[in-house]
Amino acid sequence: MAAPLVLVVLVAVTVRAVLYRSSLAAFISERVEVASPLNAWKRVVEGLALLDLGVSPYSGAIFHETPLIIYLFHFLIEYAELVFMITDVLTAVALYLAIQDFNKVVFKKQKLLIELDKYAPDVAELIRTPMEMHYIPLKVALFYLLNPYTVMSCVAKSTCAINNTVIAFFILATIKGSAFLSAVFLALATYQSLYPLTLFAPALLYLLQRQFIPIKLKSKSFWLYTMQYAALYLCSLVVIICLSFFLLNSWDFIPSVYGFILSVPDLTPNIGLFWYFFAEMFEHFSLFFVCVFQINVFFYTIPLAIKLKEHPVFFMFVQIAIISIFKSYPTVGDIALYMAFLPVWSHLYRFLRNIFILSCVLIVCSLLFPVLWHLWIYAGSANSNFYYAITLTFNIGQILLISDYFYAFLRREYYLTHGLHLTRQDGTEAMLVLK
Amino acid sequence: LSCPRSTLSYVAGLGWFLALAFQPLAPRTYMSENAMGSTMVEEQFLFGERALSYAREFAGHKKKAGGMPVAWLEKTMWNLGLEVHRQPFSRTLPFPDETRERYVRTGPPAPQTLTPPWAGLCRGCARRQGRDRAPPRLCQGRDRSAAAAPLPAGQIYWAKDIIFLVNEHDLLGMEAWLEAYHDVNITEVRSEGTLGRAGAIQAAVALELSSDVITSFDVAVEGLNGQLPNLDLLNLFHAFCQKNGLLCTIQGKVSRPARRTAVPWVAQVASSILARVRDSAASRPRAVTRLHQSYFFYLLPSLSRFVSIGVYMPAFGFLILVLVLKISFWVGGWEGGATPARTGLTPGSPQESRPGLLALVPPLLICHATGLALYFLPVLGQHVATQHFPVSESEAVVLTVIAIYVAGMALPHNTHRVLAGGGSDRGWMTLKLLALLYLAVQLGCLALLNFSLGFLLAATMVPAAAAVQPNGPKVLLAVLLVLATPAVTLLLGIFLQRELVEAPAAAAEGWQLFLAAVAEGLLQHHLYGSLLFPFLALCAYPCWLLLWNVLFWK
Repeated sequence: MAAPLVLVVLVAVTVRAVLYRSSLAAFISERVEVASPLNAWKRVVEGLALLDLGVSPYSGAIFHETPLIIYLFHFLIEYAELVFMITDVLTAVALYLAIQDFNKVVFKKQKLLIELDKYAPDVAELIRTPMEMHYIPLKVALFYLLNPYTVMSCVAKSTCAINNTVIAFFILATIKGSAFLSAVFLALATYQSLYPLTLFAPALLYLLQRQFIPIKLKSKSFWLYTMQYAALYLCSLVVIICLSFFLLNSWDFIPSVYGFILSVPDLTPNIGLFWYFFAEMFEHFSLFFVCVFQINVFFYTIPLAIKLKEHPVFFMFVQIAIISIFKSYPTVGDIALYMAFLPVWSHLYRFLRNIFILSCVLIVCSLLFPVLWHLWIYAGSANSNFYYAITLTFNIGQILLISDYFYAFLRREYYLTHGLHLTRQDGTEAMLVLK
Repeated sequence: LSCPRSTLSYVAGLGWFLALAFQPLAPRTYMSENAMGSTMVEEQFLFGERALSYAREFAGHKKKAGGMPVAWLEKTMWNLGLEVHRQPFSRTLPFPDETRERYVRTGPPAPQTLTPPWAGLCRGCARRQGRDRAPPRLCQGRDRSAAAAPLPAGQIYWAKDIIFLVNEHDLLGMEAWLEAYHDVNITEVRSEGTLGRAGAIQAAVALELSSDVITSFDVAVEGLNGQLPNLDLLNLFHAFCQKNGLLCTIQGKVSRPARRTAVPWVAQVASSILARVRDSAASRPRAVTRLHQSYFFYLLPSLSRFVSIGVYMPAFGFLILVLVLKISFWVGGWEGGATPARTGLTPGSPQESRPGLLALVPPLLICHATGLALYFLPVLGQHVATQHFPVSESEAVVLTVIAIYVAGMALPHNTHRVLAGGGSDRGWMTLKLLALLYLAVQLGCLALLNFSLGFLLAATMVPAAAAVQPNGPKVLLAVLLVLATPAVTLLLGIFLQRELVEAPAAAAEGWQLFLAAVAEGLLQHHLYGSLLFPFLALCAYPCWLLLWNVLFWK
């Protein structure tokens, strides 16, 4: 399986290299859907320039990257394009290895449940075979590398690609079972963009499952392991933050990075939901609504943890999707990460109800973004309402996609244990409804 | 496959469009609350005599100088008390422009006059005089601005600064000035000279004067890529003309009062649409004012009536509905077979997984590669072509375009058989589904930017796209598809437009006009950034090729 992966990587690198040399690179770097105030390359260059002058990069309100990124690019600024291509390749390879391992785990678990007779007798067609699962890791790598969103993100040199790499390594470490590495990468991901904090829950659930520790609130081993993992995570986070302090000798980065993410002062239009809302709002209420919007991102973790505690990797997928939709400055690079996971759930295709319409909605909205931006900013004919309408439609499409997959997943699990033909007590056919 | 609903929807779309002529859908124009009012302006022009004397002087000097008498203009303007600045510029065209006989356009200095900024407000109004295309006898009317100039000099209080821009080479000169004024460099114009500054430009009116005696004003509202000015600006101009008893025409046609029959209106709208297709970027620039509650998206059946976007979009919507019905008809067929769990079908039923998309990659790649070739090759390969064939550069470019266009139709149609499972019925249905989706999305985006072009392409391409299939009467469908292709639409459009302006063109003349239009389209893309040619080459043509592939699916 290495040869097809290498081929895919080569094609992806070629496409990126061609685009870097074309006139489209400048156009793509300016697109607001691809570069947000948090991860635009222009701002990284600005921060580096300030650093070279001896001024703190956070002194203006332009730069919102973490100190580790500054130092990374301080040494690698001449090879920036190469760095971004390599990060994309690393993400794809990490996801490939992670999904390969995950498939083995899934298959083992399925075998165990069949032997324990947990499945209903007539679900033969729902059982997954190694044959059908053989190409899934390659498809995941392909989906990530050749996704137009990823390519555009890479060509625009948005640091979202680096965030994706860190999250991909975190997923790899978690699936391989290494709690220490998982905690370190999670701390790094949280340090980069704060929202991966919510991925603590699915990672913990997976590691517990892997250690065969039952998830009961009264169990001592459960709390012990949780404490260990939390301690590892928090210590790594503290270490990284202190390291950042010593890099620049100031705590300036905390309000500039985390304060910026949480308080959303910059209302440049993007594909998220915050900008229009806060542009229209009175000052008096803005704190309240900022809190409401931010809680929205973290809020779904607990109900999802309760519902999906047996399926932590699916939980991780849904959580990553929720982060990309509801974060304060989303870009298409974030979307590309969770879309890379869709081939893993391709066996749910028969239960998906709206997949065609939703894919059409997402594609049409992605094409209408630049058209309406042009009409608004350059032609002056449209206005922000048009653009926000497309943003809303795009986000609704994403939300419906995730809930479609969620419902399909739960249906399959239900059918596996209760059989495909559902009958009521009086023998008539029953329908499955999500309550 | 002539689904009755699709036919009905298509007819409804066309019928709605034709009905836009009538009263309830096309209300009279009005000035919105925020429009630039015309009440405080003195409406008399007292310097008519002086204007005529300037005209004669200008004509004399022009004959002597053999071009634009820049020095005389400058001197006259300074004497009137206006600031004058010159700006020479030069621009290399991608290939020679035969209609105007130029390869490298070097503009003589473009005198720009400014009123001394008495008022503190920095808003300006630019008036431009350029050379008209057809008449060799140029603007003796250039003097108009010279005569109008003493008027500001005579007045003391002006709310805005006024800029008079006099230039040659119409849009090129205007572009060079605009770029230098805003200090950007988007196109590759090279210019020099310092310019006066008057602040942000709020509105602009471009005048092309073809003679001394003015009998009517012809209003052209269309700009590059179908952009329209604010309707208020247009209404203001129309109101002025009516107050002073001047005849105002639009697209060369006189607007008729109250009662009008549908046919002349159809002819007018059709000709306006066709004119847009042919002269894909109008020669007049436009400036847009940023006013609220005024219309930016509209259609003009006549100068006193307009159709707003909410009313004309449904016509387009019905056309796209045809495609959507076809798409949903098929997807419904698939979805019905793919969700047995819902209806409790017997287990073990052969479950069709997602149609093999991998088999469609070769046709997609080939069609798009042809589109890329159509976009890049003509201009890049013009020198090679002139070496091997006895044609001039611009002819070479145009003929290369046509050659690649036709060659695309002859490309192999069985590349999908290379991959397993490609030769089935499922294959062509998936390809057609993709092509229809692609077409619908493209036409939708185009209609937002330039409604007329989008509607015209939709009206021609949608029936052919919906009807095409490999199993039906091949010759008939092939002819239908060829008639629907954008190039043939352009050709037929040229003939139709000539019929509508009552100057029917012979076949040879029509073909020449067609070649000229293609060259014009290419040139305007390279010079002014018009999107018509890239859209047709990179989006519409590959889509049409995909449908052609479906037709000849083996």
